[in-house]
Amino acid sequence: MNWTRKDLLGLEELSKVEIELILATAESFKEVSSREIKKVPALRGKTVVNLFYEPSTRTRVSFEVAAKRLSADVINIAAQESSVRKGETLVDTGKNIEALKADIIVVRHGASGAPALLARHVGLNVVNAGDGWHEHPTQALLDIFTLKEKLGRVEGLKVVIVGDIAHSRVARSNIWGLSKLGAKVCVCAPGMLIPPAIEEMGASISSDIDEALKGADAVNVLRMQFERDEEAAFPEKLEYFKNFGITKERLLRAKKDIIVMHPGPINRGIEISSEVADGANSVILEQVTNGIAVRMAVLFLVAQARDEKQPHTD
Amino acid sequence: MEKAKILDKEAVARSLTRIAHEIVEKNKGVDNLCLVGIRNRGVYLAQRLAVDIKRIENKDVPVGILDITLYRDDLTMISAQPVVHKTEIDFDIEGKVVVLVDDVLYTGRTIRAALDAMIDFGRPKSIQLAVLVDRGHRELPIRADYAGKNIPTAQNETVEVRLEEADDKDEVVIIEKHP
Repeated sequence: MNWTRKDLLGLEELSKVEIELILATAESFKEVSSREIKKVPALRGKTVVNLFYEPSTRTRVSFEVAAKRLSADVINIAAQESSVRKGETLVDTGKNIEALKADIIVVRHGASGAPALLARHVGLNVVNAGDGWHEHPTQALLDIFTLKEKLGRVEGLKVVIVGDIAHSRVARSNIWGLSKLGAKVCVCAPGMLIPPAIEEMGASISSDIDEALKGADAVNVLRMQFERDEEAAFPEKLEYFKNFGITKERLLRAKKDIIVMHPGPINRGIEISSEVADGANSVILEQVTNGIAVRMAVLFLVAQARDEKQPHTD
Repeated sequence: MEKAKILDKEAVARSLTRIAHEIVEKNKGVDNLCLVGIRNRGVYLAQRLAVDIKRIENKDVPVGILDITLYRDDLTMISAQPVVHKTEIDFDIEGKVVVLVDDVLYTGRTIRAALDAMIDFGRPKSIQLAVLVDRGHRELPIRADYAGKNIPTAQNETVEVRLEEADDKDEVVIIEKHP
């Protein structure tokens, strides 16, 4: 099939076939990072702008590495230090980047829907690197890619997502992606961290992690965002670890080869114990490696987007 | 429209056997040799050459798979979206004689891309080229070291190599495109 989208804004609007195309393309790109010369000329002469309105190291670096391994030129803009402080709007910033003749904008923004707004106003390819509580599509794609690589399939798997579901774009993108590919998703968290309408997205809800882990093939452990600590609804750290933390003892009661994932950065002793984070079930660092292949695939596909109506000639 | 059959099953097999002999002769054995097939049909041909070489020399030569999509010079021009497949070269090509294998040699642009890709994998001692069909019309200064058959063609014709592994039969045909 042809990839026809100029932007990647979220997994909600993607079809199963489109998600599978990204995963298959990423599989081919993974080999590039194992070469002596870790670079292919596919995006030579293209300029990728990382436009980040929220602090991020790992996602930004992952996109930067991905773009560079495709031979693109990369420019990083940390919006906190830019003319945004002087009052420039997102759309104006986007149009300026377009006027610089860049080709792809990778955008991270605190407001849900910001990448979609940008995509409507510029002709460049826009890739969502996380917007508000809405979506973080490439993170979910790399989680799913890692699952598929480890277990050989996605369909029929039972995946538990534990942590602050309410404030998590990672959880939302994972629920969309996993459900479309036929996995069963269970979200597990204290009641106040479960958003309304999550069941309508196709996930089941549990407030008992031991119950949720029974028969699960994988658990995706979200970071507890204690920087939001000021909110009254937030649990206390030790209490959270006791009730929801992923520990060796808890895993003893789960499937022996359960996969443990975490989007990072990890808070040891809060949502996950060190033993588990560094243990045999953990694929946390493999996720980082796979993130590069997935982001290479996404950058490549949006840059090569084709109108389906065009004739196929060679 | 199918215009002519250039090679049948037996002729394809004979061509490959001859190329295998030529590879062994030119390189005085196969000790330092590896084969790299260019996706898709070059891969099947490389695997068949490895079997022929084994029969002649009683030695295994490693066979790699190369996908050149990421090295194409026409990525932004072609309207059909290219699909990226895996490259699988799980041996070291440093200091080796690499024989690239493809089905049809035409403009030479695929081979140009393959040469760039190979050099990203290391520094081979030399790179040679084996093709089943050379149909002419080169756009770059590239030639084959081993060719199954030279076929003069017109630009409005295509040469189609069909192989059992992908197409259920072995044959090479010329197809005339609609004007």
